[in-house]
Amino acid sequence: MERVPILKIGDVLLVSIQIDLQDQGVLALQEDLAERISTTGAYGVIIDISAVDIVDSFIGRMFATIASISKLFDADTVVVGMRPAVAITLVELGLTLGDVRTALDLDRGMKILRVLGKQRRGSFAVTDDFAAEEVL
Amino acid sequence: MAAESEGIHRLTDLLRANADTLIDRWTALASSAFRGRLTTNELERDSRELFASLLPVAESDGRDLTSGQFSELKSMLAELSRGRARQGFTPSETASSVFALKQAVQELTEAEEDPALFRQVMTFSGLLDALGLWTFESYSRAREEIIKEQSEQLLELTTPVVKIWEGVLAVPLVGTLDSARTQVVMEKLLEALVETGSEHAIIDITGVLAVDTQVAQHLLKTVVAARLMGAECTVSGIRPQIAQTIVALGIEFGDITTKASLADALRHALRSEGIDVVRRRDGRTS
Amino acid sequence: MTARLGEPEELPINEDNDVVRVRQLVRTYAQQAKLSLVDQTKLVTATSELARNTLVYGGGGTALIAPVDDGRRLGVRAVFTDEGPGIPDLDLALADGWSSGKGLGLGLSGARRLVDDFTLDTEVGRGTTVTVVKWAR
Repeated sequence: MERVPILKIGDVLLVSIQIDLQDQGVLALQEDLAERISTTGAYGVIIDISAVDIVDSFIGRMFATIASISKLFDADTVVVGMRPAVAITLVELGLTLGDVRTALDLDRGMKILRVLGKQRRGSFAVTDDFAAEEVL
Repeated sequence: MAAESEGIHRLTDLLRANADTLIDRWTALASSAFRGRLTTNELERDSRELFASLLPVAESDGRDLTSGQFSELKSMLAELSRGRARQGFTPSETASSVFALKQAVQELTEAEEDPALFRQVMTFSGLLDALGLWTFESYSRAREEIIKEQSEQLLELTTPVVKIWEGVLAVPLVGTLDSARTQVVMEKLLEALVETGSEHAIIDITGVLAVDTQVAQHLLKTVVAARLMGAECTVSGIRPQIAQTIVALGIEFGDITTKASLADALRHALRSEGIDVVRRRDGRTS
Repeated sequence: MTARLGEPEELPINEDNDVVRVRQLVRTYAQQAKLSLVDQTKLVTATSELARNTLVYGGGGTALIAPVDDGRRLGVRAVFTDEGPGIPDLDLALADGWSSGKGLGLGLSGARRLVDDFTLDTEVGRGTTVTVVKWAR
């Protein structure tokens, strides 16, 4: 089973979902993220779903779970790149993402996280360092 | 026994042997159905082609036209139906021209006193009935497709998505909002948000005739979907009468921002981007 | 995976991977029936919910996907069958608000909204069969 890679960009963790995530993959991702957030002290998590064409209730719950886990580590979560067809389907499904924030793309997602991060941890805690390293 | 085995393909043999006579008679009968609006040459050519395709299935039951043996005939008839429709003939006229062959065949065989042949002629008549109805059906279907295409085009034309500022899109809605229409609008708007990277959308309903619970629900779904994608949606153009209807119906717009005019909605969107529009101190340029 | 045009196909639902397979197969049939992108997404999402239900709640079962044609338009039918415990309280299961923890969390009401035709046949102790159809517009 392929594990979804987690990238560290400055003090933000980026997850880009490219494959059709099976249930095991979802659980593995949640575990990996929890571990990475705690070790890196990241102030935000971005989940990029621009390549995802189906979001059902299980995947939806995953976003909410990841957001809750992040909050426990004093970090915010943003989901970016949701496709129109997915958004329309989620609305019809009646699935609300709760506390999960959303943004049109990566750039805007990062901006939101920086703003929120400064609010949470103070202005000096959030840098604009964008050196990316693969963490997993 | 001998008489029976002789009768097995009596009809087909008869049709083949008398092809020219039958085609001529058929053409004459059909042309009277068209009352001279179709040249005899055209009719004769069509009749000849159809006759040739009918021969191999002349003894088949017309009750199930979906079987493969009829596919060539069916496409020929569909083509015929389309062509005649384009020339302005009604589907009844086209179907009648198919039915006319029945009379021609009956005239040919009425002198024969052969029960087996009689049965075959009856079956053949039934087949022609089914085929005549088929031309009617394919005419109907062709019309429906044209209507569908036109209404889709109309839908496209009447729902333009316009960029009214950096990052702000507007959709002016006009007329009635039904389920199909609203879905098209929703999809177009959301696609446009992604393509242009806009975070604000304004749905202007100044031109919408009536707002009921269903319309409100559709608008609500669009706003929620846009929010899920990371964009904000405002509804503008609420006329006083509409406002009263909404309140009377008890429709809750929840936390959707609504404004009286497109201008108000634009100002709201800009402000949320941190943009203020100011008048320069030196006044107008000219 | 080759789904021949016009032929129904049956898939077992006994493990995780099967849910993904169901999604991919339904997607193929939906494309063949010329459903719009949004309708494809709705159907595939609905069948994903139902397949997961069959696996998690029904203890495993099968999915039967087939093209349908009513003379005017094409569509796709998906039937999910299991021999699990059955659903004791249908009203509860079909109630909205499952996402907030109420209802049995079966996602049935949501799936129902995503498709055109929805039928549910269930009996406690016997199992459950859910049939959904979505037509091209």
